[in-house]
Amino acid sequence: MRSLPAGKTPRSTIQSRRLFYCIVPFIILCFLFSYFPLYGWIYAFFDYKPPLKLSQCEFVGWKWFKTLFANRTQIGQMIQVMKNTFAMSLLGIATSILPMGFAVFLNEIQCRWFKNLVQTLTTLPNFISWVLVYSVAFCLFTDSGMVNNFLIGHGMIQAPVKFLDSDTHTYLWMTMWNLWKGLGWGAIMYLAAIAGIDPELYDAARVDGANRLQLMKHITIPCLLPTFFVLLMLSIANFLNNGMDQYYVFQNSFNKAHIQVLDLYVYNVGMTGSSLSLATAVSMLKSLVSVTLLLIVNSVSKKTRGETII
Amino acid sequence: MVREKIFHVVNYLMFGIITLICAYPFYYMIINTISANDLSANGFINFLPKGFHLENYKQVIRLRGLSAAAVVSVARTILGTACTVFASAYLGFLFTQEKMWHRKFWYRFFVITMYFNAGLIPMFITMKTLHLTNSFWVYVIPTIIQPFYIILVKTYIESIPKSLQEAAEIDGAGILTVFARIILPAAQPIMATVAIFAAVSQWNSFQDTLIYVTDQRLYSLQYLLYTYINQASSLAAMVRSGGTGAISGAVLASRQTPSSIRMTVSVIVVLPILFIYPIFQRFFVKGIMIGSIKG
Repeated sequence: MRSLPAGKTPRSTIQSRRLFYCIVPFIILCFLFSYFPLYGWIYAFFDYKPPLKLSQCEFVGWKWFKTLFANRTQIGQMIQVMKNTFAMSLLGIATSILPMGFAVFLNEIQCRWFKNLVQTLTTLPNFISWVLVYSVAFCLFTDSGMVNNFLIGHGMIQAPVKFLDSDTHTYLWMTMWNLWKGLGWGAIMYLAAIAGIDPELYDAARVDGANRLQLMKHITIPCLLPTFFVLLMLSIANFLNNGMDQYYVFQNSFNKAHIQVLDLYVYNVGMTGSSLSLATAVSMLKSLVSVTLLLIVNSVSKKTRGETII
Repeated sequence: MVREKIFHVVNYLMFGIITLICAYPFYYMIINTISANDLSANGFINFLPKGFHLENYKQVIRLRGLSAAAVVSVARTILGTACTVFASAYLGFLFTQEKMWHRKFWYRFFVITMYFNAGLIPMFITMKTLHLTNSFWVYVIPTIIQPFYIILVKTYIESIPKSLQEAAEIDGAGILTVFARIILPAAQPIMATVAIFAAVSQWNSFQDTLIYVTDQRLYSLQYLLYTYINQASSLAAMVRSGGTGAISGAVLASRQTPSSIRMTVSVIVVLPILFIYPIFQRFFVKGIMIGSIKG
């Protein structure tokens, strides 16, 4: 090997730098759209009025954070929003067992074409947008929709039932649409995990005289539990992040009180309502709580399973 | 065994019902858009189309804004998907290069962005600062970097034998040649997976129009559909006003009603998904399995 001439950078360093230069444009992109926006949190401490520049606006310190809990109506509203967020997240977590059940039972079906058909058609709703889900809901459940027509046609009810423009069972309806959209898709991960179970386990158990139910209970389900726990942890970390698409499209003046989750509340306050700064303050609090939750869940996972989730 | 048999019957029945619940609404919408509108409005079309006609589609396509929105949606899906797939493959590959300066740090720099979010208003202000609000590029540029896809590609490329790259390098290939000639062909399955995920999320995206765009010429199909659903009655009147005053039975059958317009637009928006979905379905499972192995 020849020795390096003095004053020149070693070849390996040049190569390592060159590799780095290759990704610089993407680092800039990533910075612009993920890190740079964090600077916007500063708006939570000003009284920002859009046409004005930030420098022309008044610095108000913690005012917006205090406003959130300033008077009884505001506190009441916050409590309602948090209640909705918690209800949707808890219902989501409670129903997260269903995709696993779906996969376990689907695995018991031996007819191949039927299994494929079920899988294809049940994952389909996952690939349509919430707007389309709303459109589906609309044509099935409005006054002149299919369900009302059917019920009236068979004399079961006299006047059309208002399913969408009402505030009855809002949580349940939202959970139901979530399931309709996500059940089949959620099961795919479990089906993949089932495909990875060693068939010898089943053979051995069958030799010992285990029946179908016992195979499910003692082999399939225990093998799926690790996947289930990872997903459970992730959904706990995302407890405050319900997203807003679903709630935005289904929102109307009747169900607003129960459908307004935190993400939607931020939108309603910031983009259509009173204050950009107040909305920023809320979403800042939300982000901080979410990251904390994630870190907690991650360390719990590290302690109990010896593996991190992030 | 009798019990076993009962279990199977119940199981098949259950999955039959679940499948029907998932698929029937799509079928219902499609048959109603091609059936006589007066029958459809009174709820007579539940299982088979009656009084076949395509008038709904002919009328709806003429609706103001629809073709422009279709162009926007198609353009953003193609461009956005191409950019995302390229960036994910490129970054996924480069992050497998252990020699990179502070590779671990930069990899985390990207991946960690999955777990925090500045929030709606700061994002809006950022887009405004970058002059992306009311611009077509707001649909494409912010979506280029997707950490999850980078992880997917990186994990996949790590399973390709290193010797391939080493052999090419001995022959004098630079890093970009290795990427273009060796990695891109070898990583096609995972790129197909990323492409389908990216394309579906581009096609379905609704929130970015809602938040960043007020210019009607830049509305995406999804957003337009949303506005149509909420004002279908006025649209039906608009479509109808072109017609004559006299109403005969034949006119009634093809006359647009609010719900026929809603459903027709919905079917137009959902059709592309219905078509590409079966083709790409086999890639999903593969992608998800790779995704579940942590990057």
